Amino acid sequence: METDLATKIASHPKYQELKAKRTSFGWWLSLAGMIAYYGFILLVAFNKPLLAQKLGTGVTTIGMPLGVAVIVFTIIITWIYIRRANSEFDALTEQIVKGVMK
Amino acid sequence: MKFDNNRARTLARFLAVAAIAAVGAAAYGAGADLGQAQKQATNWTAIGMFAIFVIATLGITKWAAARTKSAADFYTAGGGITGFQNGLAIAGDYMSAASFLGISGLVFANGFDGLIFSIGWLVGWPVITFLMAERLRNLGKFTFADVAGYRFSQTPIRVFAASGSLVVVAFYMIAQMVGAGQLIKLLFGMDYLYAEILVGSIMMIYVLFGGMTATTWVQIIKACMLLGGATFMALAVLIQFGFSPEAMFTKAVEVHSKKEAIMGPGALIKDPVSAISVGMALMFGTAGLPHILMRFFTVPNAKEARKSVGWATTWIGYFYILTFIIGFGAITNLIPNPANYFVGGEISKGLVGGGNMAAVHLAGAVGGNWFLGFISAVAFATILAVVAGLTLSGASAVSHDLYASVWRHGRVDQAQELRVSKMTTVALGVIAVVLGIAFEKENVAYMVMLAFVIAASANFPVLFMSVLWKGTTTKGAVTGGFVGLLTAVTLTVLSPSVWVAVMKNPAGSAWFPYDSAAIFSIPAAFITIWLVSLLDRSARGDQDRAGFPAQQVRSETGIGAAGASGH
Repeated sequence: METDLATKIASHPKYQELKAKRTSFGWWLSLAGMIAYYGFILLVAFNKPLLAQKLGTGVTTIGMPLGVAVIVFTIIITWIYIRRANSEFDALTEQIVKGVMK
Repeated sequence: MKFDNNRARTLARFLAVAAIAAVGAAAYGAGADLGQAQKQATNWTAIGMFAIFVIATLGITKWAAARTKSAADFYTAGGGITGFQNGLAIAGDYMSAASFLGISGLVFANGFDGLIFSIGWLVGWPVITFLMAERLRNLGKFTFADVAGYRFSQTPIRVFAASGSLVVVAFYMIAQMVGAGQLIKLLFGMDYLYAEILVGSIMMIYVLFGGMTATTWVQIIKACMLLGGATFMALAVLIQFGFSPEAMFTKAVEVHSKKEAIMGPGALIKDPVSAISVGMALMFGTAGLPHILMRFFTVPNAKEARKSVGWATTWIGYFYILTFIIGFGAITNLIPNPANYFVGGEISKGLVGGGNMAAVHLAGAVGGNWFLGFISAVAFATILAVVAGLTLSGASAVSHDLYASVWRHGRVDQAQELRVSKMTTVALGVIAVVLGIAFEKENVAYMVMLAFVIAASANFPVLFMSVLWKGTTTKGAVTGGFVGLLTAVTLTVLSPSVWVAVMKNPAGSAWFPYDSAAIFSIPAAFITIWLVSLLDRSARGDQDRAGFPAQQVRSETGIGAAGASGH
């Protein structure tokens, strides 16, 4: 890429906005994913009885829905990111492209 | 063969169901391994189904070959794969036979512990989505070295990236090839050697003639077959219990020898350090696997790259939930009928064919012989698809990174580069077969885990720091990457899974006590990259840092990114 085009984009206010928004959103969601996963692993490592505790009168334990919830949560946060990126972030990108290309 | 049979029988006699549990526990540290298997009776239905799969995929390869002309076609299917298709292909690349048979076998033996395992294999995907996927697509063209070395001095970074890729591919490949040999004995009742030659030669045809287009479609078809088959099995199990998990769990607790212990965490997680270390290897290793990273260049733009990971995560997560249900289904369906599924009709002697056969026996129980044949064929086809993806990424590392960039300094035409790719593909195919045969009797349980640890400690830190930190320099990235690679390999050799299990040193004598090196080797790589870059006062270092803003503009916006045609 030509350097002057890159400089032009880099100084575009929308580019700064895109960069800031996407980076912080990405990091927050990554943090959420890591807390869910390492939280679960730490429970397995340090508090096995809690996970083996029965939910009600049956045999199902807390660990079962919790484990499945970690899987479902992982899928959900992935799509949350994609939804926002494919609408808001891509719209910003398009505005930047239009702005510098004219 | 004879020796193996006898040994396996004696083992089964002595260790009973506990043996399955131990295999399961070892598989966790190892990243699912199929172990040594006994040859079963020849299963013509399974062989026939597999033959149909091979004929169909060879037909696709013929179609793909007509469309594979340029280097871009070969490496990335011309960038014309949609996000949804690519998501399925990534899932097809990632869901291995070991994870299907291994995890369901683990659930069959230990219940809840299998779930911990599945989750670990899934959680790397969001990280890829949030931090890597679209930036990879925007910066890269054919290999992840295009991304990692975007602003760096080409020769050193490409040498590093190609080493990282090839080492990961080699370990992953050996595990797959040995797994194929064990599986063919179990599922088709054929000899180990046939598996090596079949997988090696069919995979070579896919890659050689159909390049990425054929490989992608093989992976998509395999993913659909695996997901379809697993869905049918899970539904068949759930219907038995009126779709009530509670009813299924109640029955499982009633019939399983471990009773209520299968409902909570067992012995799988020994110490917290190993637990977190294995978790880190799985989480960050996924983001450093060259054959997975390469898939992001097959889609036309960042939007589709994001969708790819979204669909991949969805399918893989769904698949792991299915394997969990299948594992419990195996408990409730197989244990009450020991005469049909256990050695000598006695539960204490273990499943016929071993603990990894839980899903296969369940397929027979709920769908009859034809369905059993289908699942067996799918499990074997799975290895084929994974090996094809690995070979393609290995070939591109050699031809695009080493030959075109390092050896010829970019002064090379497409036809020459393509010729080198194809020669490398043949070489890798032969090497895969030779290694598969050489490692037949070896314990390869640690290899998939090692591949993940290296990917997490060498490829991932370099990729991450070069894309996201402006201060990274060539010297820092290359030094840190090699430090991560060496730390990962050294600590793994000194850990129980190699030091004791492979090198036969006495138990407890391992220098490094944990299951995975990742908790040390990942920080080692990051700190080295940071420190060396910081202290780098060379002119090249200044140039590297100065190149960051332009790289960032392209990684964030995709302006100037390689288009759908690759040129």
